[in-house]
Amino acid sequence: MLQSCKLAIKSIAANKMRSFLTMLGIIIGVASVIILVSLVNAYMSYVTQSFARMGANQMTVTLRNQPSRSVTEDEMYAFLEANADVFDYISPTVSVSGSVRYQTDTMDYTGVTGVSEDYLDIKDYTIEIGRNIQYSDIVGRQKVALIGYFTATELFGTPAAAIGQQLKLGDSYFTVEGVVAAQDEDNLEAGGTDDFVWIPYSTASKMSRNANMGSYIMAAKSPDEVAAAKSALEDFLEEELKSSSLYRITAMGEMLDQLNTMIAMLSAGLGGIAGISLLVAGVGVMNIMLVSVTERTREIGIRKALGAKRGVILQQFIIEAATTSMLGGLVGIVIGGAATSAVGALSDLPATPTPMAVAVSFAVSVCIGVFFGFAPANKAAKLNPIDALRSE
Amino acid sequence: MLIELDNISKVYRMGTEEVKANDGISLSIAEGEFVAIVGKSGSGKSTLMNILGALDVPTSGKYLLGGEDVGKMKDDQLAGIRNRMVGFIFQQYNLLPKSTLIENVELPLLYAGLSARKRREAAMAVLEKVGLADKWRNFPNQLSGGQQQRASIARALAGSPSIILADEPTGALDSKTGTEVLAMLKALNEEGKTIIIITHDKQIALQAKRVVRIHDGKIDFDGDVNEYAAVM
Repeated sequence: MLQSCKLAIKSIAANKMRSFLTMLGIIIGVASVIILVSLVNAYMSYVTQSFARMGANQMTVTLRNQPSRSVTEDEMYAFLEANADVFDYISPTVSVSGSVRYQTDTMDYTGVTGVSEDYLDIKDYTIEIGRNIQYSDIVGRQKVALIGYFTATELFGTPAAAIGQQLKLGDSYFTVEGVVAAQDEDNLEAGGTDDFVWIPYSTASKMSRNANMGSYIMAAKSPDEVAAAKSALEDFLEEELKSSSLYRITAMGEMLDQLNTMIAMLSAGLGGIAGISLLVAGVGVMNIMLVSVTERTREIGIRKALGAKRGVILQQFIIEAATTSMLGGLVGIVIGGAATSAVGALSDLPATPTPMAVAVSFAVSVCIGVFFGFAPANKAAKLNPIDALRSE
Repeated sequence: MLIELDNISKVYRMGTEEVKANDGISLSIAEGEFVAIVGKSGSGKSTLMNILGALDVPTSGKYLLGGEDVGKMKDDQLAGIRNRMVGFIFQQYNLLPKSTLIENVELPLLYAGLSARKRREAAMAVLEKVGLADKWRNFPNQLSGGQQQRASIARALAGSPSIILADEPTGALDSKTGTEVLAMLKALNEEGKTIIIITHDKQIALQAKRVVRIHDGKIDFDGDVNEYAAVM
């Protein structure tokens, strides 16, 4: 065995260029498997993280209330109280169109939303300075606003300077009562996570002249309870509205699951395609081994004459093929790993070589050597020593 | 008897035609003999050598080598008996070009399953015997033809086989080195080794003690070298 390994390395070293070209197929195959699978996995965890930030325990509900059948905001609150075992929070969401103005400054991309006092908890944000929207603000339809970190700094310089200032939304002036802490400090930008104005939903609803709340955002107690919460909500809405076309519930967690399944399939698919290149490389190994056997017919004849049994010759050539593809695999892992890490370093993707992809592609490359080396090795092992000795 | 051939035939199929390379050969060789098998090319002497060396099996007849029936052996068993019983010396030396002398000489011992240390010891001993101990790290192409043939004799001796089977051992050498190689084989015979030389050269056959002449696949002379000298 040891002897066969030595012989294999000797033989590979004796034909450096040829061995390298044979390995190249394996190198490219292994490297591409690692790069593709690792990058897809990196992208997957990136997307998963983004989704998790958006809240895996949240769901949004959109109602198309009819004059005859409708679900009011009070009924929704009652439902939440009745299902307090799975639900934590609810907030109607009313989007308000139009830009936000302060004196001569205009913020065109700032989203204005009418929300409840729970909204801050649903989003899992914290107050930087000032106070949250309160129940009394909602009941009294107060013209108060809670604004994002970017909005505050953009308009007023600092969060502290924003408190007590008057923002103009449409025709009305709103007093800034609080500023939310920055969520994504590295990406403070217009229209980003930290660019928003929240006002009491009752006030927003009055501004948009729509008494019936159509959209809600709800938070389950935990991401695990999203499914139970969703089905309770579906039962309730089906009972009230009698038609599934009149409401839509979107759970982030479910979307995340679907996305994960999709990406896992994509990863397997891409890995598989790269795997095909490994298969092609295997055929290359077989081809070169056949050439090698033919070239070394005389050597095989001498070995057999001196008492080498079939198994010994078989082993020698299989180990040679396996060593070739294993070396190719190792180089491929180094290249694939380096390329993946380089992409990780140069982009936002948390790309590191997946240990699974490395292990699998390495094992596959060795197996390919053994598998595709077998036929040529068997040909060598079965050579008739007399004919083999006679060959030039 | 070390070697017992009983009515051996070997038939080759050439397309539809059958060619009898050996046709009813019976031959016994005892331990310690020095036999030359002579014949023109095409006489069937190479076929006989292949059978004697367990490289091939006869189509019919019985071949006992050291008491073992070679005729019924499978590939791997033949490899085993070659390894134990036969030391080959070829006309073209047949040393592995990419291996050093010591590695070449160790080959039969490797296939016999000896440990690395024992292989090295035994191989050095036989290299010493043929006078190439100082060249053990050289590659075959760094040596002269005579030295290469001596190396192949060392390889043939390494596993202490019962028979040394030499196929035209001087065929590729000039007459001086050829004579040296023959002298070496003679000396080995003096030490008790059984030696069989296959040759087309009558002068070389005269160096042996017994001569077997093959003609058209049959033995047409088998006797003492002096008798052969008289009839040739």
